[in-house]
Amino acid sequence: MITVEHLTKRYGAFTAVNDVSFQCEPGTVTGFLGPNGAGKSTTMRMICSLTPPTSGTATIDGVAYRDLANPGRHVGVLLDASAQHAGRTGREILAVSAMALGVDSRRVDELLELVGLSGAAAKRRVKNYSLGMRQRLGIAHALLGDPSVLILDEPANGLDPEGIYWMRGLLRDFADRGGTVMLSSHLLREVEAVADHLVVIGQGRIAADDAKDALLTGGGLVVRALDPPALGEVLTRAGISHRAGDDATFAVDAPAETVGRLAAQAGVALLELRPADSGGLEELFLRLTTVGDATTEVV
Amino acid sequence: MTATLWRLSGVETRKMIDTRAGVWLLGLIALIGAGLAAVLMVVGDPGEQTMSEYFTFAQLGVAVLLPILGILIVTSEWSQRTALTTFALQPRRGWVIAAKAAASVVLVVVTTAAMLGLAALANLITPLVTDAPGSFSVEAGLIGRTIVFQLAGVLVGFAFGLALLSSPLAIVLYFVLPTVWTVLGSVISALDSVAPWLDFSMTTAPLLEGSLDGEQWAQVGTSMAVWFVLPLVLGVIRVLRAEIK
Repeated sequence: MITVEHLTKRYGAFTAVNDVSFQCEPGTVTGFLGPNGAGKSTTMRMICSLTPPTSGTATIDGVAYRDLANPGRHVGVLLDASAQHAGRTGREILAVSAMALGVDSRRVDELLELVGLSGAAAKRRVKNYSLGMRQRLGIAHALLGDPSVLILDEPANGLDPEGIYWMRGLLRDFADRGGTVMLSSHLLREVEAVADHLVVIGQGRIAADDAKDALLTGGGLVVRALDPPALGEVLTRAGISHRAGDDATFAVDAPAETVGRLAAQAGVALLELRPADSGGLEELFLRLTTVGDATTEVV
Repeated sequence: MTATLWRLSGVETRKMIDTRAGVWLLGLIALIGAGLAAVLMVVGDPGEQTMSEYFTFAQLGVAVLLPILGILIVTSEWSQRTALTTFALQPRRGWVIAAKAAASVVLVVVTTAAMLGLAALANLITPLVTDAPGSFSVEAGLIGRTIVFQLAGVLVGFAFGLALLSSPLAIVLYFVLPTVWTVLGSVISALDSVAPWLDFSMTTAPLLEGSLDGEQWAQVGTSMAVWFVLPLVLGVIRVLRAEIK
């Protein structure tokens, strides 16, 4: 479990991270979302004791990162896939870290196999790797010590669609086996598919922190019937709050099953029954991004 | 803790030689050592064509190139941004610095052993290609002083690397600053009395020539305090406080 409490980082007059608190629970994938420059990487570096915070604390299972005896055995970290010595081969990078972690060198080959970099690719120097290959190597590197917590900064960057699909499966599986995953992204769609929990950050502050389903379906349901007045009558009779929307639809605050059963019993044919667009989150995210851009322009 | 430090030192030693830059520098040291031995074989007096002389002569190349490895063992972590990985795997930054220093010592000892082997080989060839009989006699004290001499250079480079955290800056200043100091010492008469105590190239040079007396050892010590301890302290403070990006 990752626990972040009141983390703040100031650079002179500029506050990069402002009183940030959240938790990443075991068994879940937490998406850490925010536009570029929102403070995601700074927060992650503070969790890993690489950046000293101005104030606040971060712990992994109750222990500060710098106090973990062999942190790589608890926490797998990928902060920047390009931050590797260009002159080393992919295999050598893993072998050196395996030595530092004290894990068997057989693990290196297992992981190269797992991330699809075995054979000739493992013997090439990282200088000749594509960004996608570096990300795969970085993920192998993070998994090397068989950790229970993963901290990944923009791991999908540079991966092709097949690679992104593969990584989602890997992270889902890791969390389903009880692991804690924290991954950052500046793209909502990218983490939506894999995260259980979303923490949204903008301009150094937490803007939203909730289960993904709650954030995405906060808008209730959209229901459209062949005969709208009939549906309205059914809903009124059942005491379900609803209001008419565009295109003869209704916005309804009730579980989809309830609405579906009511309509079936009343013999009202439904054309649409779906969660309202993740409009709330999407809009929030867009607003953060726009404000972020405006700030950049001023600077 | 000792187990961790041993392991880390092994890791840092490996990191010094598993890149192209490392392999090239070490290969170049061997090549220059062999070249210098060949020169001595062709133009030297028969009395100089011995293992001991080959060994001492080969140190010229070692003295120039080995400190660069001492610098790179620190600065490459910043230029290649591997510090991000290194300090994520070992947040006790002081241990990483200690392991790198230990790796530098290993490097000097192994290089000295390799140069002894090279000198022995040259001595073996000597009677075949020259009139000199050669001699395998090498004074143990010479080997010890050579290690001290090379270690001084590598550790000064290491400290420069720590204080500056930039490969080009540390390499240039490592070669330029002592030279500037030597030049200043020769033109400014007021420095005449302090130069023998603070000019690091001047104080360490006698190590390769013969045994040192007490005052000479003290001069090695004072010059090392200025060129090694001072940048080391500044560098350690800098690295312990730095934000690793």
